[in-house]
Amino acid sequence: MNIFVFVKRVPDTESKIRINHETKTIVEEGLNFVLSPYDEYAVEEALRLREANGGKVTVVSVGKEEALTTLKKCLAMGADEAVLLKDESPETYDGLRTARIIARAVEQKFSDHNLLLFGKQSVGADNAQVPAMVAELLGLPQVNVVTKLEVKGNQGTAHREIEGALEKVSFSLSAVISAQKGLNEPRYETLKGIMAAKKKEIPVVTLEELGFKDDDILPMLEVIKLESPPQRQAGKIIEDEPQEAAKKLVAFLHEEAKVI
Amino acid sequence: MILVFLEIREGKVKKSSLEVLSEGKRRADELKTEVQAVLIGHNIEGLASEAFPYRASKVYVLENSLLSHYSAASFSQAMHSLVEEVKPEIILFSASAMGKDLAPRLAAKLGVSLATDCIQTACRAGKLEVIRPIFAGKAFVTVSFKGSPQMATLRPNVFPLLEPETKQGEVVKKDVVIPEDQVKGKVEEILREEGAELDVTEADVVISGGRGMKGPENFDLLRELSSIVPHSAIGASRSAVDAGWIDHQHQVGQTGKTVSPNLYMAFGISGAIQHLAGMSSSKHIIAVNKDPEASIFKVADFGIVGDLFQVVPHLKEELKKVLAE
Ligand SMILES: Cc1cc2nc3c(=O)[nH]c(=O)nc-3n(C[C@H](O)[C@H](O)[C@H](O)COP(=O)(O)OP(=O)(O)OC[C@H]3O[C@@H](n4cnc5c(N)ncnc54)[C@H](O)[C@@H]3O)c2cc1C
Ligand SMILES: Nc1ncnc2c1ncn2[C@@H]1O[C@H](COP(=O)(O)O)[C@@H](O)[C@H]1O
Repeated sequence: MNIFVFVKRVPDTESKIRINHETKTIVEEGLNFVLSPYDEYAVEEALRLREANGGKVTVVSVGKEEALTTLKKCLAMGADEAVLLKDESPETYDGLRTARIIARAVEQKFSDHNLLLFGKQSVGADNAQVPAMVAELLGLPQVNVVTKLEVKGNQGTAHREIEGALEKVSFSLSAVISAQKGLNEPRYETLKGIMAAKKKEIPVVTLEELGFKDDDILPMLEVIKLESPPQRQAGKIIEDEPQEAAKKLVAFLHEEAKVI
Repeated sequence: MILVFLEIREGKVKKSSLEVLSEGKRRADELKTEVQAVLIGHNIEGLASEAFPYRASKVYVLENSLLSHYSAASFSQAMHSLVEEVKPEIILFSASAMGKDLAPRLAAKLGVSLATDCIQTACRAGKLEVIRPIFAGKAFVTVSFKGSPQMATLRPNVFPLLEPETKQGEVVKKDVVIPEDQVKGKVEEILREEGAELDVTEADVVISGGRGMKGPENFDLLRELSSIVPHSAIGASRSAVDAGWIDHQHQVGQTGKTVSPNLYMAFGISGAIQHLAGMSSSKHIIAVNKDPEASIFKVADFGIVGDLFQVVPHLKEELKKVLAE
């Protein structure tokens, strides 16, 4: 089985986000970057599928040089190969742009795929778009937000999370799958893995090599403003006898907030 | 024209779709145009009447027996043919599980970009402008669209419903042609937990427990509260989920669900940044925590410093009294 996993380098979830209002971007200085948490589930699932069925796992990222660190981490987890699709532009929040780059690379470089794995959402941009867009651009089936995946031959079934239930979806390979928490428990890198990853070459493919000209992939969303969310005001905090406290709370909910 | 996709669940149009229709109508009035809606499925014509009270002037009904089960590939194809024909300027979906699955597929088919999970919409110079939370709500980005149609999904539970009116509109039925091989990735079955509770993203009140709940059995305390509070659901912090006390479907936060209920109740939750990310857009927040320094109190409208095991039973009695009125 030839599996490709698409991974993104993102600020870790602890990050306090500061904004540069002039450039309408976030301040990257001082942020700690990690492999996007959902992508970690996708990498783990690919490794498990390879262990069960044989084959090869290739991790691919669209981004700046810095994304090489993210790819190295995936290699250290056990991925066989990594490719960087080098894109210098800052975050555009435009899922279609990323999806077009990925789809083009798949057609030109990874056409022997059996499965394309993604995270259900990149932490940060929070688009939850790229997997479905890639599926459409390549004419493949998609199953998003997957908590269980089974593959036999060229058929698969997956459980996909919806509101208060799961959908059981059947599909044929190749397909686009995006991972949700619950799919698996990602493994840690081993020391041996880290050493091996250090030695691996990571080929870098430019957007020109994929046949894009600059104005082919201008973002189609315009960022008008980037701002901090309105701060919540801390309210009333009380330390009373439990019964008294409960009474006051319910009075607040009923009379002031009028929610009960 | 603004076109709104109406999602059907268990034989009804979902409330979150009617919220989108309501917001669509508000923008349509500003743009001096109409809002229309689309239903996709099989034997669903009867549902069109649910959209008229929320001001859809027209409902397109796209039917085909192959559409009786959802598939992003076939639904987006059906919708694409309608969009090519009726040329809406704006297409809106709910950012529900289905909306988030379908909208990007359609956007890619149309070659336009999409804004996900918006919490505010406005019109400027005849165009749509939307605000969406990024970094799990730690920043807000306002975007507009360069292509046409302009496409967005709107977060459930954020946009108010219009007061329904007794209105009629036009039903336009269309038989769509879907080649069988276009049904890629087909829903075979919907699996539901036994006695499944309401989903946290759809509830008016979310009652959440964290590590302070001490064990899975104590979530019953919260379930008892939930059983007396209408339209409530049980949420949890990641610590409670990771401890195996409750299924991850209930997890609220950056790697869980983002909720904006009318009321969020946090019991034994410290208020880590990743948890706040998922719930700080709630309209009201209350917290019970024995640590007066807990971060959750920084966002709570009302907090009780105390032992939840002592407070919750009284809370239940007091709520019962008020709800009985
Ligand atoms: C990549 C990543 C993603 C994450 N995503 C999420 C996410 O989506 N959602 C999420 O919630 N977390 C997430 N986290 C975890 C987060 O950082 C915190 O660890 C977690 O939210 C803590 O859960 P908690 O508040 O239940 O537990 P704790 O922080 O342990 O807090 C327990 C609280 O209970 C109180 N308490 C104890 N006993 C009682 C009692 N008897 N009565 C009253 N109060 C009591 C304590 O005072 C304490 O404040 C994520 C972390 C990472 C690294
Ligand atoms: N720059 C990128 N490089 C590689 N994969 C990406 C990139 N952006 C998004 N993806 C993939 O698409 C998924 C969903 O991302 P998004 O649509 O941005 O929320 C991510 O979890 C990744 O698997």
